[in-house]
Amino acid sequence: MTQYFAPALIRLLGLVVLLGGSALAQSGLDRNGTDPLDSPMWANMHERFLAGEDYVFDTAIEVTAPSYAEDSLNVPVAFSISGIENIQQIAVFADLNPLPMVLRLRPVTVAPAMAFRFKLQQSSPVRVAALTDDGLWHVGSAWIDAAGGGCTAPSVGMASGNWTETFGTVNAGFFPRESGNRLKLQIMHPMDTGLAEGIPRFHIEQLELRNLDDNSLMAELELYEPISENPLLSFDVGAVSGVTLKGHDNNANTFAADLVNP
Amino acid sequence: MVSNKLTSGFAALTTGLASLLFCACTCADSLFDYQLQPMQVAEGTWVVPGVPEDFSRSNGGNIVNIGFVETDAGVVLIDTGPSLRYAQQLEAAVARVTSQPIVAAINTHHHPDHWFGNQHFQHLPIYALPATLDAMINEGDNFADNLYRMSGDWMRSTEPTPANQPLSTDTLSIGDHTFKLITLTGHTVADLAVLDTHTGVLFAGDLAFDQRAPTTPHANIDTWLAALDSLGDIDYRLLVPGHGQPATDDRAIQFTRHYLLWLQNLLQQSAQMGDVPTDVINKPIPAAFQEASMVREELSRSVIHLYPRLEANTLATHKQGGYN
Repeated sequence: MTQYFAPALIRLLGLVVLLGGSALAQSGLDRNGTDPLDSPMWANMHERFLAGEDYVFDTAIEVTAPSYAEDSLNVPVAFSISGIENIQQIAVFADLNPLPMVLRLRPVTVAPAMAFRFKLQQSSPVRVAALTDDGLWHVGSAWIDAAGGGCTAPSVGMASGNWTETFGTVNAGFFPRESGNRLKLQIMHPMDTGLAEGIPRFHIEQLELRNLDDNSLMAELELYEPISENPLLSFDVGAVSGVTLKGHDNNANTFAADLVNP
Repeated sequence: MVSNKLTSGFAALTTGLASLLFCACTCADSLFDYQLQPMQVAEGTWVVPGVPEDFSRSNGGNIVNIGFVETDAGVVLIDTGPSLRYAQQLEAAVARVTSQPIVAAINTHHHPDHWFGNQHFQHLPIYALPATLDAMINEGDNFADNLYRMSGDWMRSTEPTPANQPLSTDTLSIGDHTFKLITLTGHTVADLAVLDTHTGVLFAGDLAFDQRAPTTPHANIDTWLAALDSLGDIDYRLLVPGHGQPATDDRAIQFTRHYLLWLQNLLQQSAQMGDVPTDVINKPIPAAFQEASMVREELSRSVIHLYPRLEANTLATHKQGGYN
């Protein structure tokens, strides 16, 4: 209830703020403006995934992707956000995918940035929408051209039948970066979409990252069907001695690993 | 006045329509014409050069060097081009420079710009390495989907038609020419270089590119580099790369080697540093390759082909899995 109340309140306040000349108005961002990619599905995406709440298309959300998918089963995307404070959650979706929702990230101590690979069924915008505590979604976009077929093919592991051998294995590495430590982690999982004939939906649903030292929450993550097989996810985690990973898939298989930064 | 205006307006309109019709006719004549221009590179030897681009609706897939050699028993094609229309026009272009009929074709590897013209020559022997033949059979339909999407109507009626003569010998003799068949790998699972011992012309296929970024969808860079060493050891008089200008020196081998070494180093170093794929796609292009075509585009593709394995190799197993 409160989560719906807060944005409404802020919308009321927003009127006052706008009159006073808000940062938003000064930066020239067009509240609830037209989609720069002119996607036929934008209105639908806005209703489905942003709860119809206010948004701005904001270049502070940087979405990086190849202009052409090349491999529709593994399309690399990265996003980073600069100059936007108090981000509550980040939603990633691809308008024209049969399964548009890709992931949701709630960054607690990790930077509002990530990299991942996903499956794309046809050319589509990919959106990264960050909800700030004033109830406004800041949306960044990139267009990816694709030959297609990414979502309706079985995973390689399921097609070859050997997915059980490595299922749930967690691989990880820490990399010192200018912006702090980058954590790359990979969980071996078929991530089947349910759209390939005879293969049910089977994917990791939820993950959380905690600080290995004090068990404090660093990030929560929801993953959806389009995330690529054996997901490899990158986070900028700052200076930590390690990360505890926990999560589960939609078949109640659980995943847990202590990732120690050597 | 009014009537005058109307009349002149009508006149302008009819003139406009007439010119529109005229254009429609003349444009239709030039539609889907690859404008193939065989370039003689040695005695009885021609190359039909393509543009240094990717498949598109403006080039129709004419991005590749096709060669042909006149023997006293007929003309041998080295690769057959990207489409049925191309192959039909290739036959006509061959007929403009020699009275000999086309009697055979050799496919250097299984990438579609090199063999989607086979359909037009399927009544002739079309030679390829056995592994190339398998790859044509396995991947032909996917290639066709993609090429119809990228090149559009230039592809009309083209059906993937794999080679019909698997090669198992080191040489192939046709008329007064003996072709040395050099089996290599690296650009794809099976790459055939063809040396015409009669003229010393080496058709290197896509093992060699010049001033056009090499493509890597089926590449193994280590074996490709070894293949370039093997090509360098061959005593040839002219080297015809799969893409780029034919030359008497080894510039295509050098260009390809430099590019592959740069690419390999870039990918390995980036993986060690923890770069994500999109970081690598946007890395600066060295000055040495800034004049070359398609480098940014091919870097982006190569990251997608080659980076996942390198990136995974930088990770250590923290928890062993298994499903019971």
